[in-house]
Amino acid sequence: MEAVKGENLVFSEVDEILEKYQNERTPLLAVLQDVSRKWGYLPRDVMGYVAKKLDVPSAQVWGAATFYSFFETEPVGQYMVRVCKSAPCHVLGAVNVLGTLQRELGIQVGDTSRDGKFTLQATSCLGVCGVAPAMMVNDITYGNLTEERIREVLALYE
Amino acid sequence: MAKVAAEVNRKDEQENVATLYLDGREIQVPASSSVLEACKSAGIHIPTLCHMDGLTPYGGCRICVVEIEGQPTLAAACVTPVREGMKIQTSSKKVREARKANLELLLSNHPLDCQLCDRNQFCELQDLAYELGVRKIRFEGEQQHHEVDISSPSVKRDLDRCILCGRCIRTCSEIQSVFAIDFANRGFESYISPSLGLPLGESVCINCGQCIHACPTGALSEVEHVEKVWDALNDPEKTVVLQTAPAIRVSIGEPFGMPQGTISTGKMVAALRRLGFDYIFDTNFSADLTIIEEGTEFITRLTQGGVLPLITSCSPGWIKFMEHFYPELMENVSTCKSPQQMLGAVVKTYFAQKIGVEAKDIVMASIMPCTAKKYECQRDEMRASGYQDVDYTLTTREAARMLREKGINLAEMPEEDFDEPLGLSTGAAAVFGATGGVMEAALRTVYEKVTGETLPKLDFMDVRGMDGVKEAIVDVKGTPVRVAVAHGLGNARTLLDTVRAGEVTYHFIEIMACPGGCIGGGGQPIPTNLDIRMKRIEAIYNVDKSFPVRKSHENPAIQKLYEDFLGEPNGEKAHHLLHTHYSCREKM
Repeated sequence: MEAVKGENLVFSEVDEILEKYQNERTPLLAVLQDVSRKWGYLPRDVMGYVAKKLDVPSAQVWGAATFYSFFETEPVGQYMVRVCKSAPCHVLGAVNVLGTLQRELGIQVGDTSRDGKFTLQATSCLGVCGVAPAMMVNDITYGNLTEERIREVLALYE
Repeated sequence: MAKVAAEVNRKDEQENVATLYLDGREIQVPASSSVLEACKSAGIHIPTLCHMDGLTPYGGCRICVVEIEGQPTLAAACVTPVREGMKIQTSSKKVREARKANLELLLSNHPLDCQLCDRNQFCELQDLAYELGVRKIRFEGEQQHHEVDISSPSVKRDLDRCILCGRCIRTCSEIQSVFAIDFANRGFESYISPSLGLPLGESVCINCGQCIHACPTGALSEVEHVEKVWDALNDPEKTVVLQTAPAIRVSIGEPFGMPQGTISTGKMVAALRRLGFDYIFDTNFSADLTIIEEGTEFITRLTQGGVLPLITSCSPGWIKFMEHFYPELMENVSTCKSPQQMLGAVVKTYFAQKIGVEAKDIVMASIMPCTAKKYECQRDEMRASGYQDVDYTLTTREAARMLREKGINLAEMPEEDFDEPLGLSTGAAAVFGATGGVMEAALRTVYEKVTGETLPKLDFMDVRGMDGVKEAIVDVKGTPVRVAVAHGLGNARTLLDTVRAGEVTYHFIEIMACPGGCIGGGGQPIPTNLDIRMKRIEAIYNVDKSFPVRKSHENPAIQKLYEDFLGEPNGEKAHHLLHTHYSCREKM
């Protein structure tokens, strides 16, 4: 993931994304997903630019950006750790998972570690209730979490 | 989904009729109806909250649920299309319990301090709790808390009172096409937000306040100037001057129980005088003045090849809309200040001289049907005397609040007149309050000024009424002058897009931000709906008819103002005091 660069550079990269979806009837979500993939979050001026280019009211862009829990509107760390907080995971100890992660990473939910490496978020159902409790680190899902397994997983990213 | 189904139905069965059984009673309705519409036509009252006439049905609040035979769950009447043979129960135990439970859930996340709310007694949520007989709230839980947003000069947002019905969002987008707000976040964390979570004052909101009329609770209201006006009235050093807009006299009776559409000019003046204002002038006077200035501007542009179409500039919501979304039309917009600002400028210069008081010691207050006027009076350009042309703007509702606080019942007042000399006006000024009115008033003057002949018929019926966009061709001694009128910014957008695309050419366009014009403004008494707007408009035209003089240029007080002080229309002094300029704003 890259930090947001100079304005023109950023917008030319957004233009590339926009071009990719120019034939879509409702390209907003796909564009936001690509933006999110590129910068890890949705930079505010990029959202404004996307709104203008797609001729979608920016209040609606903001609505979409805040509706989906996989979109972030603030800068995040290199690794995004999302802990499922839905019922099945909750029943099987998601609270403990969250507690362990907070302890191990030294941050609270919604925070980013000081070295910029990890951001911790709680999220809605990840769709892997069979291996609850579960979490994702960036695009990879980890299930059957125990304290020990969480430490093993985190070690992969140290 | 339901909406799509309704549309399909509408197309296929436009002519068809469906037979339904409402509470066992057989009725027939157009097959394109929703269950809610069907119930209404059968005289069965279904309580609603997120539903509002003129907006897309939403089906969010679940207050209008009914029981449909053969359907396992209750259905929201507003978004359920009727079906042949449908059997509907509108007040079964299940229905009543569900409505009540849904309302209780809404109330469980709503502050229960109606006494402290400015919508007390004018609140649909309160009414509904009464109507459904809610006595206690069985659900206790977390409540949402937001800081009150007072960043806008016009509209205050207290989101703790918001029930997320979305009527403001749909009004802002469907009626006004401004799209300043939308839902943000999800589930319990949902709230209504301008773009990027910014405060309303930093958004594209054009301050029209139509969202306030849409809001069923006290979540949206005007930014109050009441205390500031009381302070001015209590300050012995200040000369406090008041002006009242054309639309106030046909609506201010409503909060005092007078029938909608009552003309209460004399009672209004008497009541306001008892609040302690030193002078009460009429914005209608400066509406006449606007016609002289704008009419002259139009004639100049028409005869000397200036930028056309000329577009009116009286509506500050429209002006901000133009600055955000149609900056390329800036040159088309008249440079005239609005009547509110013109009167303020004249009071703090001409009238100040006349009574020997310095502008700094005059407090100019106004009563406007409009929340955008609060923003307009604070614009940097509006300081002709070196001080704000207008200091404080009260909405009609705030004026009624002040009268109530002082214990004045407007309905029982005697009839009194405005003060001289800025209280004298014509029928042309009166119609400024209704859509098409500025155009009609302008045409009366422009016709006579250009032709030098007396206008055979003063009423321009083509520009009147509630059609979204109205057109007319006026024969000015052989020259066809094409005019258009739009009210509600969604309609304005439709009209302006055709102008921008070069599909049509007009000479003169009137735009008012609010549906129905100023009589339907965001500062008018609650409720304001289509029916009430039409009654107020009728009253406006009756005011016009009651005047012996119905053309602005025949107002003797205006003529004297030019002779004594202003000089020529559009002259140097007039330009300095009565004209303004605009600036380009961000589109987002």
